[in-house]
Amino acid sequence: MTAETTRGTTALLELAGLDVRFDTPDGEVHAVRGIDLALKSGETLAVVGESGSGKSQAMMAAMGLLAKNGRAGGSVRYRGREILGLSSRALDEVRGAKIAMIFQEPMTSLDPLYTIGSQLAEPLVRHKRLSGRAARTRAVELLTLVGIPEPERRLRAYPHELSGGQRQRVMIAMALAAEPEVLIADEPTTALDVTVQAQIIELLRSLQRRFGMGIVFITHDLGLARHFADRVAVMRYGKVVEEGPAGEVLTRPAHDYTRMLLAAEPTGTKPPPPGDAPVVLEARGVDVTFQIGGGLFAGPSLEIHAVDKVSLTLRQGQTIGIVGESGSGKSTLGRALIRLVDARGDISLFGHSTGLIDAAGLRALRRQAQIVFQDPYGSLSPRMTVGEIIAEGLRVHEPGLDARARERAVIAALEDVTLDPALRNRYPHEFSGGQRQRIAIARALILKPRVLVLDEPTSALDRSVQKGIVELLRRLQKEHGLSYLFISHDLSVVRALSDWIMVMRHGQLVEAGPTEEVYRAPAADYTRALIAAAYGLDGTAPDARMA
Amino acid sequence: MWIDAWRRLAANRAAVVSAVYLLLMAVACLGGPLLTGHAYTTIYTDYVRVPPSLSAYPKPDQISGMLDEVIRRMRVELVSWNEQDDRLTMTIRSSRPIDPRVVRYFDRSSSFADPKVETTSPDGQTMTLSTAVAKHHFLFGTDNTGRDLLTRTLIAGRVSLAIGLLAGLTAVMIGVIYGATAGYLGGRVDDVMMRIVDVLYSLPFIFLVIMLVVFFGRNFVLMFIAVGAVQWLDMARIVRGQALSIRRQEYVQAATALGVSSAGILWRHVVPNTLGPVAVYMTLLVPQVILLESFLSYLGLGVQEPLTSWGVLIAQGAKNIPAANWLLLFPSLFLTSTLFALNFLGDGLRDALDPKDR
Repeated sequence: MTAETTRGTTALLELAGLDVRFDTPDGEVHAVRGIDLALKSGETLAVVGESGSGKSQAMMAAMGLLAKNGRAGGSVRYRGREILGLSSRALDEVRGAKIAMIFQEPMTSLDPLYTIGSQLAEPLVRHKRLSGRAARTRAVELLTLVGIPEPERRLRAYPHELSGGQRQRVMIAMALAAEPEVLIADEPTTALDVTVQAQIIELLRSLQRRFGMGIVFITHDLGLARHFADRVAVMRYGKVVEEGPAGEVLTRPAHDYTRMLLAAEPTGTKPPPPGDAPVVLEARGVDVTFQIGGGLFAGPSLEIHAVDKVSLTLRQGQTIGIVGESGSGKSTLGRALIRLVDARGDISLFGHSTGLIDAAGLRALRRQAQIVFQDPYGSLSPRMTVGEIIAEGLRVHEPGLDARARERAVIAALEDVTLDPALRNRYPHEFSGGQRQRIAIARALILKPRVLVLDEPTSALDRSVQKGIVELLRRLQKEHGLSYLFISHDLSVVRALSDWIMVMRHGQLVEAGPTEEVYRAPAADYTRALIAAAYGLDGTAPDARMA
Repeated sequence: MWIDAWRRLAANRAAVVSAVYLLLMAVACLGGPLLTGHAYTTIYTDYVRVPPSLSAYPKPDQISGMLDEVIRRMRVELVSWNEQDDRLTMTIRSSRPIDPRVVRYFDRSSSFADPKVETTSPDGQTMTLSTAVAKHHFLFGTDNTGRDLLTRTLIAGRVSLAIGLLAGLTAVMIGVIYGATAGYLGGRVDDVMMRIVDVLYSLPFIFLVIMLVVFFGRNFVLMFIAVGAVQWLDMARIVRGQALSIRRQEYVQAATALGVSSAGILWRHVVPNTLGPVAVYMTLLVPQVILLESFLSYLGLGVQEPLTSWGVLIAQGAKNIPAANWLLLFPSLFLTSTLFALNFLGDGLRDALDPKDR
């Protein structure tokens, strides 16, 4: 099968009136409401939408992979043959063999107990009836194909020995083992760093050129869709609201929702604070090491240098953006600056060195410097009501307040982050991701701090929700004269929010400077690679040179 | 949180029914023995191992046999007897004059009461006696020595429930506090605390109990201490594991950043978030404790006859399955239904303590 013979003629995969419902204890959830999509071979169809739009569930239904309480209706045809509702035995002729799927989490999609080689070879031996030796040869071929160096040696590696990007490559190799005609990729790069994402996208693209696969690419990232897909379908509330060529839909959107999504890309810039603004946080030569292992009988411990001699000065009203990929030490730096982890070096908050301070003094300083975390699900205790969570800081720092005064403060804090104060007796799980992040911000702000460390506060959120948080942070900064340390891997948000930027890699500072200058003329190669790897909405391709 | 948990628990029908059942069981065990009409130590020699019955003993066909037995002991001859209005009237004869004190033999038997000499013949060799037949209800039958099983089961319940709940609660309290502290503080403190647990684990349980008995003498309270001292170790390990993962959660870091003290974090964040597994483990712990107690009693270190516990009754019942299966049936029904109720209550508690589960 080559791309030329079928390209543009027949629909390879066709969804017609696909409908997915889930029976839940709270009643029926109508996740997908009758969508029609068609994929030709050699074509890439991006299905974009925010979380909960039903984009993943539609594809899971097409593959017969719905959870037990899910029911699918309508029709799914592969080369004209109806595959919806087939028995799983009949479906296996198509699934995995003709239509393959890769998932978002390369960490959890591989079994940690088996080597890469055995996980790759097993389906070959079982489905293709290859001998062990032939399967092994084929596995090496596949690993070479997806660009894993030293494939023979890697066969003996366990999943934890590979990086996230390499694991995703292995997943792609497994999907390709049966030479499928359709590849469904469900957010395959969301969990990866931007430079790795660029490599994976390049890989998918080259594989598609060679084998003429049709690719259904599920993503929430419009820039990525614009760059990678031929056609785009925008989903919302289980329906396709707009569909068409990628260039067209994403530049001249016909539907309000698409326009809203596009407008949700962070915009604006932050002017720097006046030069004479007082310094609130000053750090010189911050150094953080972690010991791994060790102990009485465990032998010498391994030392990891997470942050290596980083200095910074934060003025009142300033926002410093700290960018870097996972493992660059940016989060550790943020925690070290407010003494959540122990660090060497001089750190002074409002002129007090935090290294010499006693417990009571530290508690007083804590009031001035607060932190907001990335994961809005993990940073709120699931067993406390929102009111209790927000009031906790007051219990510590103003024990004299009575319950009524605390309640008033909580209400004011909730109003400050534009949440309905009537919701304060609910539990965190009853809120959406964006609302939870607002709660976390309210918890930090109730103490009226002057410095706020924002550790990827928008990374777990949909773009449109993210925009709201960005606006909120801007407004709060203006109203309360806050200084932010904004830690993120998302360059576009950093660009919109910060006036000074620091690029970190392997615990070291690579480059620092005023945001616009760094973007316009990055001095370090690594900064250039980072900026190049970001898929802009203008359709600019990432620089293929980096890697 | 506690108010909410209570409301959620009240909405869970299985849990509420279980809680009511447990309460009734406790009340029955405390008050029941006073109402059964038998003391748990009373031995009815005439009714050894009689099967459970709703109607009173003796049965009509048993009376003649029991009467013969008493007459034999009196060493007299029974001429005739008849029954009227629950009283037996009989005529006895002997070759020598009959001492009126023979009626004592009726008193000694648990089946007869209120014997009277009605008439004595002039030569004293013939006598008419009357006696009431004592009616006994043995709803659960009697055991090998002729004691009422219902009373004994209820008395046994006092011991089993007390030790199950008290030793269980002690183990949970110590285990949760110890485990949460070790897990949350981590590092060297955790190492030392958990090594202590390991050392205690390695002490054989029986050895520990025998040592306690040697030092303090045999004592009911001692059993709580012994059982609690062993059972908290598991709980401490479970809670420590939970606490280790909880302390890495961002909400704990957020609390640290707010300046909350270690004790505050333990109490408000770590302990509440370990409660789910703790509630479930505790419902598994209680049966374990009840069975441990019967094991101790079997070795002669726990409760002693005539006091008894469910575990002991079940052990005795198991030996009598072919002859008297009710000896096993009733105590085990009580034990299993209690454990069932405990399990439902534990599940209900776990759900109630988790705000996510509605």
